[in-house]
Amino acid sequence: MRLPAVERIGFKSQLFVDHLGGLAVFTLSVLRCAFVPPFRFRRFVDEVFDAGVLSLSIVCLSGFAVGAVLGLQGYDTLVRFGAEANVGAMVGLSLVRELGPVLTALLVIGRAGSAAAAQIATMVTTEQLDGLRMMSIDPIDFVVGPKALALLVVMPLLAALFILFALFGGYLVSVMLLGLHGGTYFASLESAITFADDIVPSFSKALVFGALVGFIATYRGYTSEPTSTGVSAATTGTVVTASVCVLLFDYVITALWGI
Amino acid sequence: MQPSPIRDLTVGLFVLAGLAAIAYLSVQVGGLQGERGFHLYATFDQIGGLRPRAPVVVSGVQVGQVSSIELDKNLRARVNMDVDPSLELPVDTMASIMTEGVLGNKFLALEPGAEDELLKDGEEIAFTESAVLLERLIGKFVNDAGLDEED
Repeated sequence: MRLPAVERIGFKSQLFVDHLGGLAVFTLSVLRCAFVPPFRFRRFVDEVFDAGVLSLSIVCLSGFAVGAVLGLQGYDTLVRFGAEANVGAMVGLSLVRELGPVLTALLVIGRAGSAAAAQIATMVTTEQLDGLRMMSIDPIDFVVGPKALALLVVMPLLAALFILFALFGGYLVSVMLLGLHGGTYFASLESAITFADDIVPSFSKALVFGALVGFIATYRGYTSEPTSTGVSAATTGTVVTASVCVLLFDYVITALWGI
Repeated sequence: MQPSPIRDLTVGLFVLAGLAAIAYLSVQVGGLQGERGFHLYATFDQIGGLRPRAPVVVSGVQVGQVSSIELDKNLRARVNMDVDPSLELPVDTMASIMTEGVLGNKFLALEPGAEDELLKDGEEIAFTESAVLLERLIGKFVNDAGLDEED
């Protein structure tokens, strides 16, 4: 008896598990290159430049805009309850706990993750990785590792800058524009946010997202088909998979540890 | 890619800026601070909405913060605080839980007494005044008003 529909589901499931296993093995071999010599520190710095420094402008600008809008919306909502003194707490808590890490991750996916995937996929297509192998240079060690690790390291730093700029944006709007007292803003902000319950989880989230983006982007690039369609599929796949994973993991982390 | 001093510099600056942002968020916003080193505690029947990190004030000036709140053996709230070691508080200092405004945040106010003997690190502030619960006050008021009517 043949059931084509069920067979297809079975085949897809196998493919999914296959990919999961591939990603796990790939992740381990990338992590291995971080601890086993030769250390490609020079390459790592270059990748930090690509993923971090070049993402700075978009991250800071978006942070500022998000903070400003939060200040505006927060003030508008809270003033109905006569609680506009808590704008700082609202802006700060939502930024530190949720928006900072998540939006930074989404921005980095679009700005740096897709670029990393496209670059590696092009190197696959043009057989540059095979060229490296012929010179007995491990492409994981030389190309993939530094990219993945740079994305991982860069994420908490960018998230911190995002949050900082957003707090500043919220301050500007609520204090300069809406006439809230500056001390009130910072007092409610500082009394609402604690180091152990808000700041540490925030950066742990950013680190998890960094790892997700780094490994997904490089994995999609590394396993792409050696064609032009393969390159575009790897880029699209990175943005879609990484974004969905970040949002899902965000929910799971928040649900499990309540942060 | 060739080594480039300018790129390396920007990477260095970026990493430093990121770390500085993390440090600012942790220390200033998150309230991570080194121990001030002078611990006191006080037990209350009712702490209302007092939370860890609430300010500890003397005459309205912040001198420390609540480090933790726990339940002691007698099921009373034990509030641990961390205050400025240079503070000379007499043993008959009174600790009371107050509210900023009518509905604001709770804080812990210390009122120095008149004794010559000073509180030492780790000691208990014996005289305490619990938080006043607004809803309980209102309840009492409503009750009293109701009884009066019956009379």
